[in-house]
Amino acid sequence: MEYEPVIGLEVHAQLLTKTKIFCGCSTKFGAAPNSNTCPICLGMPGVLPVMNKKVVEYTIKMAMAIHCRINRENSFARKNYFYPDLPKGYQISQYAYPLAEGGYVDVEINGGKKRIGITRIHMEEDAGKLIHDENQPSSYVDLNRAGVPLIEIVSEPDMRSSEEGVGYLRRLHEILVYLEICDGNMEEGSFRCDANISLRPKGEEEFGIRTELKNMNSFRNVQRALEYEIKRQQYVLESGGKVIQETRLWDDSQGVTHPMRSKEEAHDYRYFPDPDLVPLVISEEWIEEVRKTIPELPLSKRERFVEEYDIPPYDAGVLAASRDIADFYEETVKHSGKPKIASNWIMGDILGHLKEDKKDIKDSPVTPEALAKMINLIEDGTISGKIAKEVFEEMWKTGKQPKEIIEEKGLVQITDTGALETAIGKILEANPAQLEQYKQGKEKVFGYFVGQVMKATKGKANPKLVNEILRKKLSES
Amino acid sequence: MKITREEVDYVSHLARLNLREEEKGKFTSQLNDILLYMEMLNKVDTSDVKPMTHAISLSNAFRDDVVKESIGNEMALANAPDDMGDYFRVPKVIE
Amino acid sequence: MELNQLTIHELRKKLKEGETTSVEITESVFNRIGAVEDKIHSFITIMKDSAFEEAQKADRAIQEGNTGLLTGIPIALKDIMCTRGVRTTCGSHILENFIPPYDSTVVKKLRKAGAVFVGKTNMDEFAMGSSTETSYFGITRNPWDLERIPGGSSGGSATAVVADQCIASLGSDTGGSIRQPAALCGVVGMKPTYGRVSRFGLVAFASSLDQIGPLSKDVEDCAIMMNAIAGYDPNDSTSVPADVPDYTKYVSRGIEGWTIGIPKEYFIEGIDPEVLAAVEVAIKQVEKMGGKTVEISLPHTEYCVAVYYVIAPSEASSNLARYDGVRYGFRSKEGRDLLEMYKMSRAAGFGDEVKRRIMIGTHSLSSGYYDAYYKKASQVRALMRDDFDEAFKTCDVILTPATPTPAFHVGEKMDDPLQMYLCDMFTLSANLAGIPGISVPCGYTKGGLPIGLQFLAKHFEEEKLIQIASAYEKNSKIEKRRPEL
Repeated sequence: MEYEPVIGLEVHAQLLTKTKIFCGCSTKFGAAPNSNTCPICLGMPGVLPVMNKKVVEYTIKMAMAIHCRINRENSFARKNYFYPDLPKGYQISQYAYPLAEGGYVDVEINGGKKRIGITRIHMEEDAGKLIHDENQPSSYVDLNRAGVPLIEIVSEPDMRSSEEGVGYLRRLHEILVYLEICDGNMEEGSFRCDANISLRPKGEEEFGIRTELKNMNSFRNVQRALEYEIKRQQYVLESGGKVIQETRLWDDSQGVTHPMRSKEEAHDYRYFPDPDLVPLVISEEWIEEVRKTIPELPLSKRERFVEEYDIPPYDAGVLAASRDIADFYEETVKHSGKPKIASNWIMGDILGHLKEDKKDIKDSPVTPEALAKMINLIEDGTISGKIAKEVFEEMWKTGKQPKEIIEEKGLVQITDTGALETAIGKILEANPAQLEQYKQGKEKVFGYFVGQVMKATKGKANPKLVNEILRKKLSES
Repeated sequence: MKITREEVDYVSHLARLNLREEEKGKFTSQLNDILLYMEMLNKVDTSDVKPMTHAISLSNAFRDDVVKESIGNEMALANAPDDMGDYFRVPKVIE
Repeated sequence: MELNQLTIHELRKKLKEGETTSVEITESVFNRIGAVEDKIHSFITIMKDSAFEEAQKADRAIQEGNTGLLTGIPIALKDIMCTRGVRTTCGSHILENFIPPYDSTVVKKLRKAGAVFVGKTNMDEFAMGSSTETSYFGITRNPWDLERIPGGSSGGSATAVVADQCIASLGSDTGGSIRQPAALCGVVGMKPTYGRVSRFGLVAFASSLDQIGPLSKDVEDCAIMMNAIAGYDPNDSTSVPADVPDYTKYVSRGIEGWTIGIPKEYFIEGIDPEVLAAVEVAIKQVEKMGGKTVEISLPHTEYCVAVYYVIAPSEASSNLARYDGVRYGFRSKEGRDLLEMYKMSRAAGFGDEVKRRIMIGTHSLSSGYYDAYYKKASQVRALMRDDFDEAFKTCDVILTPATPTPAFHVGEKMDDPLQMYLCDMFTLSANLAGIPGISVPCGYTKGGLPIGLQFLAKHFEEEKLIQIASAYEKNSKIEKRRPEL
């Protein structure tokens, strides 16, 4: 029996607002425990929430970027349960009336594109952090994170493999980062993913029993967890068993999923409309204002790069990975007119150096204009490709313009055929033995002569011309 | 609709309230009296009536994304029944 | 006459004219507290030292000509409003030692107005009750008859005013908790329109019903207090950005030509005959003042108790979930793990009525019951609001008894929660619809117990209530008695 996996993913993304969703406390990471707090996010008696407008703006932005329908009227509900990291004993979320529903995301997979449906997007507040003591029967509560704004993005169960799952996740991730509404840091927890996964016989319409997977804190772990769970469920079904509907935690060190030990039955969250918050009414004007702030998104940008600049999809992928890199690339192309060459220099030298120096492209000492100038100097023969590498290093170290460096170091390529003839002539004179070998048919010696010419000219000779003139002279002698 | 002893147990668990055995009987019968009284609401025709969740018709009450000074962790912990360093301390969940 | 027996407007005049000082007034008030508090028990926390500091500060301000609406006037606060640095218990063991690090908005406003804070008054635990018998800190007694209850949940706020232990006070009203004790104690009490006064800092019971309002010796004082506390607060999302009129301008204008609606559903069997008689005299009085009375119908009135006792406990069950012993409040030392800690802390920290309401609310919201209870009640609530909208098309204000009976005996209704709930039947509808209401004294029973008259108005028309209540107060010439203590 062939089984196909049916996967749905729930993503929680922390929004990059300066303050929490319902109070003015800072969302800055890394503060001392319980120092980014106030009576409101501590859930003290008598406090009331007030909605952060930026949270709504960012959510509208994401909703539009993934083609959702914005519910012009939407409102908040309380999700009631007890846990030490949940100060009020309820989480303010959206239940019956979320901000957005019904969108999609196109995922590039196996050379093609697959459309994954989005069920809904809603806003909610994050809980604090609960840390368990290894030795004592105690846990510790830090409420800095309580009240940080989250959007929850729920996909349709449209994914059929772990690759599709991770592909979808990466797409959501890059869109969120592109929109500058989330920093997408999975390790720090600003981008989290839970999965719902079941198997069904291929061809069947009905869904099988599903399990919920949690605790996957990297793309790789999501992939591994999904793969493991698919195999596990397959094994259960093939041995005649039934999959138990439960929540399972991914154990990274052992590479398996375990059922969550908590004996909490299905929670009865007793959702009801939050009486402390009034409904949101999203006007057409507001939607238009937000629409204007949405940049070209990664998928469109990649496709446009391939189309417009005639570069391979791989290059487009690297260059469109972030808006800043993409902008850098396009500036360089604008000033140089050489898309493929610019791509090579950026993918190789720029990104390589940035990685080494742990710098962001915004802080690159080589600007797009400077890079473009250098590219043009290669194209017009002023310097050779090889010399350019030297020039680039200087540019990176000093931030100086290429022309300046070339002049300072006297790196201008020698293209004066007369001078080259003279230099080549001298080399041939000074190496009679090798000349004899060449005449005898040893082609390899040609390279030796070229090397000598380059040495004598300190690498500045135009290689093409050297080749031509050397061939001519050798054939003449 | 009457509420049973089992349902009372379930509800008290949801509400994180420990009821003593003697209390359970009393609560069950009091709750039943009250719930029975509520049944009169079934007499009202509410088809097509939009539930009233707010007493005012406001919308879009917002604040700007501007940082306000926090009260600091000393104040945050001042009323804590148990704390350790900068943290609130609670007993662990026993699995 | 003692200074503590005077009204805000009388004292303001004396202060302005230099006839007295805030320190003297405050001394008079604290002397009175010393004399009668043992009998009545209006207060949970008395703030003597800080009160005198504030009084001295007020006197300096008066000298400098720097006065606000309430400068130097001793005011009491129901212990449900957060006061920074001063414990706020809500009448509960679970918050017995809770000291808020912040002030409610209304407290901030009163401070700015120059008020002197006398203390935090006793109340039914978490505002759940109609008799101030469920407080962890003991009952409050009705100064008119110490064997009777003062009403609730703002019992202490009402008794402190009528017993001259403060000049005026603030209470909170979710189902009648200002108007009912005001009626049973013979003072003026107003519940503003929902959204008129900020709830920030008011410990929540039922968020869509709660409002803070004044209790005072006469209607003019009520108007002054409303001026001080009403207004938009950006910290409260349900606070309405509507202009606040000067309510004192509506005191003692006439009501010539007004139409007063008398809802037939409020004049039913079960009303104490003396209450009925007093209200009927009041109706005649209103007609003599130039008002035209018409019979109106509020057809869904009979459901108000059922609707209220689904919605209020549901919201309360959620609002009280934060009392879990984690970050503040009482924590039981007996729990061996987290679950036991929660259950034992809350079981020991809450009284029976609170537990009962949490249970009703949790049940009403739970899976399988939400539609039948919470949703249904919210729909009937909408119909009740519509009833009022309809009624106000044909009248300016509505007149009703404030309570079905005068003050009952201590312990009389404690064994029958449902009977206790029915005490609020005349006041609940205003909270459900969100409209403002005021209770004014309209007479006494033969036994000397106060009877209260209620006026209701459209949303944000508190000035109409001030106008008719003050006109009634002036023209009815109800004997101004003092409880003998």
